[in-house]
Amino acid sequence: MYTQKLIKHFSHPHNYGSIKNPDGVGQVGNPVCGDIMKLYIKLDKDIIKDIKFETFGCAAAIATSSVLTDLVKGKTIKEALAIKNQDIVNSLGGMPNIKIHCSLLAVDALYEAVYDYLSKNKKKIPEKVQKKHT
Amino acid sequence: MPKIYLDYAATTPVDPRVVKAMLPYFTEKFGNTMSLHSFGQEAKIALEKSRKIVADLIGAKPNEIVFTGSATESNNMVLKGIKGKHIIVSSIEHSCIMETAEWLEKRGVKITRIPVDKKGLINPLDIERAITKNTVLVSIIHGSNEIGTIQPIEEIGEICKKRNIYFHTDAVQTFGKIPINTTNIDLLTASSHKIFGPKGVACLFIKEGVGIEPLLHGGGQENGLRSSTVNIAGIVGFAKACELCAKNMKKEALRLTKLRDKIIKNVLKINRAYLTGHDEKRLPNNASFIFSFIEGESLAIQLDLNGIAVSTGSACSSMKLEPNHVLLATGLKPVEAHGSLRISLGRWTTEEEIDKLIKILPGIVDKLREISPFKFK
Repeated sequence: MYTQKLIKHFSHPHNYGSIKNPDGVGQVGNPVCGDIMKLYIKLDKDIIKDIKFETFGCAAAIATSSVLTDLVKGKTIKEALAIKNQDIVNSLGGMPNIKIHCSLLAVDALYEAVYDYLSKNKKKIPEKVQKKHT
Repeated sequence: MPKIYLDYAATTPVDPRVVKAMLPYFTEKFGNTMSLHSFGQEAKIALEKSRKIVADLIGAKPNEIVFTGSATESNNMVLKGIKGKHIIVSSIEHSCIMETAEWLEKRGVKITRIPVDKKGLINPLDIERAITKNTVLVSIIHGSNEIGTIQPIEEIGEICKKRNIYFHTDAVQTFGKIPINTTNIDLLTASSHKIFGPKGVACLFIKEGVGIEPLLHGGGQENGLRSSTVNIAGIVGFAKACELCAKNMKKEALRLTKLRDKIIKNVLKINRAYLTGHDEKRLPNNASFIFSFIEGESLAIQLDLNGIAVSTGSACSSMKLEPNHVLLATGLKPVEAHGSLRISLGRWTTEEEIDKLIKILPGIVDKLREISPFKFK
């Protein structure tokens, strides 16, 4: 059901834990359906220097969180916001259809963290970030 | 790494003695039980011999046993084959009862779902109160496949008898494992693959005099109640499995209860781990838990990566992405139900296997909690 790549990320996730004094935090998910993702980001100017996650959820949720942090780390905000859920799915070598929502959740968590950072620093919030923020 | 199977409530490996008993019925004794010739008669004799063995396990008469293709089929047959306006079930039935009840509800049958307490136990008085003049059937699961709680079916059966209502029990998890007295039971479902027999065979005990209609019409096998060419190899295997269970039932139940209690005692040492189901009125082979702050699918997959096969009722593991209805029925919140783990034991479970589980489980729980956004306060 899961690819080897996904299992590898799940068994040995990258960048899990929290960041002290983060510049932005995003939490998404719903305890009823079972996945909660929390992302912490630390920035240096416009670059996401550090990113960590905490996830309550299935193997797919943990693996997508791990892959997302890999994809985002070291990128500018603009570059990070260009990441699509399909990029996460591809990085994991595919995912069962029923688990695709986990990859969407990871992207949503990133957008929330970026929103948090931008709004705290009174910076201009791009429309697509504003749109996802509910 | 030797693999450890602790999911016997899902299915069991076929006992080699059962395989041996079945083999001639694929190749030499392959006849159709409806045929007049010696091949057919040979199969027919084996069928009736098997029927007697299965009946003996629950003190039934052979003509009260109808062989079916699965417990799902047996349960469907009961709910759809007993015609009436009102059926009572519990809120913790297997999905094959739940879904069938819902299907009937859409077609105008009134369904009452009896709640359970925190330990998954039904109060028989709730059933008595739910009975109306339209009630035709009460169907209550004997041992819960999820949380292991065993229901007071004797008492429930007595109430039904007094009110002249059919009582059915889904005994898939208890049949062959603990003694069952059918005095107050009108219908009972049992399955072969849960007791080290082959898949694709089950039975329905139908007490003499119970009026029920078949699901399948055709050649009139099984006294007209289950038309289909008889799966003779499967049925011979099911009977052999029953025979093996009967021989050793008491001793095996005791052995498994000890192992079960060892698991429970040790797993409950983990911070914020809780037992689900009843502490005493419980299947000898079921130990089920919830762990705060983590999700059951992750836990089950981590254990699998460590060579231990278990099961979970978490939403992520289901096709519907909803937490298991049995866990919710015991009053757990969805987020709690997500952290469920079911360990179920069987004939080949050893103490060494249990020790290995007990040894590695705490570390896996810790690791997942480290990743989780929920923390101890």
